[in-house]
Amino acid sequence: MTRRVRIWIFLPALAGLAALLVWGYLGIPGFGDYHGPYGFVLDRLATPLRHMDNVVNATTYDIRGFDTLGEEFILFAAVIGVVMLLRDTDEKPEMRDEVESDLVRVFGTLAVGGAILVGLWLVAFGFVTPGGGFQGGVAIAGGAALVYLVAGYRAFAAFGDEQVLDPIKGVGAGGYVVIGLAALVSGLPYLTNLFSGGAVGTVWSGGSAGFVNWAAGMEVAAANLILYAEFLNQYIVPIARRS
Amino acid sequence: MSFLPYAVAAWVCVVGLYGIVTSRNLIHLALCLTITQSSTYLLLLAIGYVKGGGPPIFKGVKLGTTTVDPVVQALTLTDIVVSVTVIALILALALDVHKQAGTIDPDEIREMSG
Amino acid sequence: MTWALPLPVVLPLLAAAVATAGDHVLPRRAADAIAVVGAASSFAFALVVMLESERHVQLHWFGGWKPHGDAAIGIAFAADPLGAGMAALATGLVLASVLYSWSFTREGARPYDVLLLCFGGAMAGFSLTGDVFNMFVWFELMGVSAYALAGFQIKELGPLQGAVNFAVTNTVGAYMILMGIALLYARTGALNLAQIGHGLAGHRPDGLVVLALTLLVCGFLVKAAIVPFHLWLADAHAVAPAPVCLLFSGAMVALGLLGVTRCYWTVFEGAFGAEHAHDVRAVLLALGVVTALVGAAMAFLQRHLKRLLAYSTISHMGIVLVGIALLDQKSLGGAADMVLSHGLLKGALFLCSGIVLLRFQDVDELRLHGRGRELPVVGVMYGLGAVALTGLPYVGTYLGHAQIDEGATLDHIEWVQPLLMLAAGISGGAILRSGARVFLGWGPKQDPLLSPEPAESSPEHDASYPALLAVTAVVLALGLVASVVPGLGQRVEHAAGVARDRTAYVDLVLHGIQRPAPARLPFVVEPTATESLLYGTGGLLIAVTLALVGLYRRRLPDAVRAPVGAVLGPPARVAKLVHSGVIGDYVMWITVGTAVVGGVWAILLH
Repeated sequence: MTRRVRIWIFLPALAGLAALLVWGYLGIPGFGDYHGPYGFVLDRLATPLRHMDNVVNATTYDIRGFDTLGEEFILFAAVIGVVMLLRDTDEKPEMRDEVESDLVRVFGTLAVGGAILVGLWLVAFGFVTPGGGFQGGVAIAGGAALVYLVAGYRAFAAFGDEQVLDPIKGVGAGGYVVIGLAALVSGLPYLTNLFSGGAVGTVWSGGSAGFVNWAAGMEVAAANLILYAEFLNQYIVPIARRS
Repeated sequence: MSFLPYAVAAWVCVVGLYGIVTSRNLIHLALCLTITQSSTYLLLLAIGYVKGGGPPIFKGVKLGTTTVDPVVQALTLTDIVVSVTVIALILALALDVHKQAGTIDPDEIREMSG
Repeated sequence: MTWALPLPVVLPLLAAAVATAGDHVLPRRAADAIAVVGAASSFAFALVVMLESERHVQLHWFGGWKPHGDAAIGIAFAADPLGAGMAALATGLVLASVLYSWSFTREGARPYDVLLLCFGGAMAGFSLTGDVFNMFVWFELMGVSAYALAGFQIKELGPLQGAVNFAVTNTVGAYMILMGIALLYARTGALNLAQIGHGLAGHRPDGLVVLALTLLVCGFLVKAAIVPFHLWLADAHAVAPAPVCLLFSGAMVALGLLGVTRCYWTVFEGAFGAEHAHDVRAVLLALGVVTALVGAAMAFLQRHLKRLLAYSTISHMGIVLVGIALLDQKSLGGAADMVLSHGLLKGALFLCSGIVLLRFQDVDELRLHGRGRELPVVGVMYGLGAVALTGLPYVGTYLGHAQIDEGATLDHIEWVQPLLMLAAGISGGAILRSGARVFLGWGPKQDPLLSPEPAESSPEHDASYPALLAVTAVVLALGLVASVVPGLGQRVEHAAGVARDRTAYVDLVLHGIQRPAPARLPFVVEPTATESLLYGTGGLLIAVTLALVGLYRRRLPDAVRAPVGAVLGPPARVAKLVHSGVIGDYVMWITVGTAVVGGVWAILLH
């Protein structure tokens, strides 16, 4: 089938789909008129019952924590898949330090430390202020990725070592499952928050959702770093071969 | 104006689909897929918006204050992760396709016809 | 026993995490053992949940977040016998797949097993959950693991293209599902299936509800490989390793149809049930019948064994969709029976093709002409599997066919039965033809009718054949006897009845009211209607005749061949043209399908 034919069949169908979408979306309450109830029930419950100020975080890591367990494993499986697909270039090329600018080095080093600190803070205080394990994990991995900018490929390769990252990723993902199982073993439903009750607004306020945040943070940081390392390798290896 | 966000969501979805169908480059195609996905972010967040609602974080805010819907935000977070992972996989596949075929134009690879 | 509900999902995921964490320290056999234990425990708990769910639907509120008033707070697993049965089938097939893969000596063992475990956990989660967004999460985990597994052979272009097509089409399907979920959330402010259904019930369906139905159904039909959303399936199956095909054909596509079933009866039935059920039925029935016939015809045109089997899977999914589309209890039970027996039989056939690939590094029907004589046991198993898929009385898929037939008779839709017989006959004939050519050396070595195929090599080189044969034989034997297991028919029908009972589901999930357990179901094989016996026998006759025609059509007189060729030739060429392997075409057909399905419903229902 030629492109022409494809596009000529496609356009009327797309117009039809667009019409359907508009027709259906007209049934949504007007912008700003949402009347719940789900989210508003959670607004009323999260702080009194779980001592968490951030309802989005309480939803993600406690009330709908089981969704997030699945989401952890989506990332987990995708990273394993990417590593498997890119497995033919396992070589770690010897690249010389290619960063020339001292300015980049100085500010970059500060940025690495800053990003990782922000990441840790996001993980630790996600249920108090905006943040959470997932968000913090991405920030930590981002900080570590800056090492490539600051100190070159060789230094980054030390961060991106799968021998180190695989166990972290496995323990993070497995830890999430085990926190859930701990509740089950205690005779409670899966992922029940076991020690909720810390003072509102402190690092202890999340109960076992705090541990869930840390498990997610570990897994996400390690998984993202593996992704960066794999794709960076795809970029570096041809350059190294040429030179 | 209360329909505008939904109209934009529908438009973004349609544009993304058009891009996927007509794409001549797998990387471009992967990005069009994220465009289609952004329409779901828009849709979810627009649905949960409440006029005058603050963020659903009660640090220093009295309980019972009107907020936007927290659930759609949690859903969008999951949605973003899904998008990133699928894109990572498709990009990895595109790299492998390029290594094997020397092209990433999906129209030029016809290993699978019939 | 409600504590057991999360275990079929979380135990394989835990095993996957442990195997990854210990990747660089554990010896390979230990990692393999973790995979087997993870898969086996998942299957065992799925069986426990299934048996328990037969008496009472099992409910588990994650985090202990029970509903407040009529509003669900947390996520629930609500295991009815239909969903729990599907979870048991899926996790059982994962176990078979892990065991089959175990006997390979191979490189890159770990990521492959880990992905199988994630895939298994996701399938169980999808089957058991009572929350629409949680369904989406497991659907995506299923997808991500499956895309990577399909692209396992990175050194060949075919598998890569197959995996790209698979990933892009199914991702588009997933976004459609998510848009449908967002619409339902906008209307009802809920994600719990029972609560959404409760909120929609009794209101006249408007544009939003019709669009939500369209997006959810079409999204799930992409996964279920229903025409015209089916184009990715043959590509993905052709390229995936055989034990992965077992999971794709045996469980994953059927889960798409479970998604349709769940959505219709828990969410939309209250809004459409009374006046508009006929309109929903008409569209789904048409899709089912077309899929059954197109899939079967395309199967007949293939020479790549896995591709041929994949198209026959499409045909069978069409038959299952017909069972669902009739919207009555008997047919839904038949659809479930069909999923069970087809999953096992088709799985066994894929495992046979895997053994052939391993032995000859090829699965091309013409190039393998007669070479299969070296593998007589595989040949016998392949033949038995093919015969059992035709609906021959009291063998394999027969029970499913008989129940769907009975349901169609009750609904006065008798025209559908001969068409299903024809579909099962054509695809069965295709499998028989390929088997006769490969394992017996019948027919000529050339056939211009069949699509040319690039060569394929096996990912593995060395394996323990007795172990491979043993796993295949067990799966096949279970599939063969599926129609004569005493009491299975009644149990599946009971399961279908529970799945259709929306008010009982709402009472349980939102208000905690359990209905009384059913009376003990009998353990007998029920006699079936005479016409089912006739249709079943007819299916086998069609299959054998077509297999022989496929092999020896040159011996037919010209006076017969020419007109038949003139009638069937052009549509066959068009069909091949449509199955182009180009991703842009595939997404174009998904758009067309969605627009047409939605448009027809918009006109009929409004």
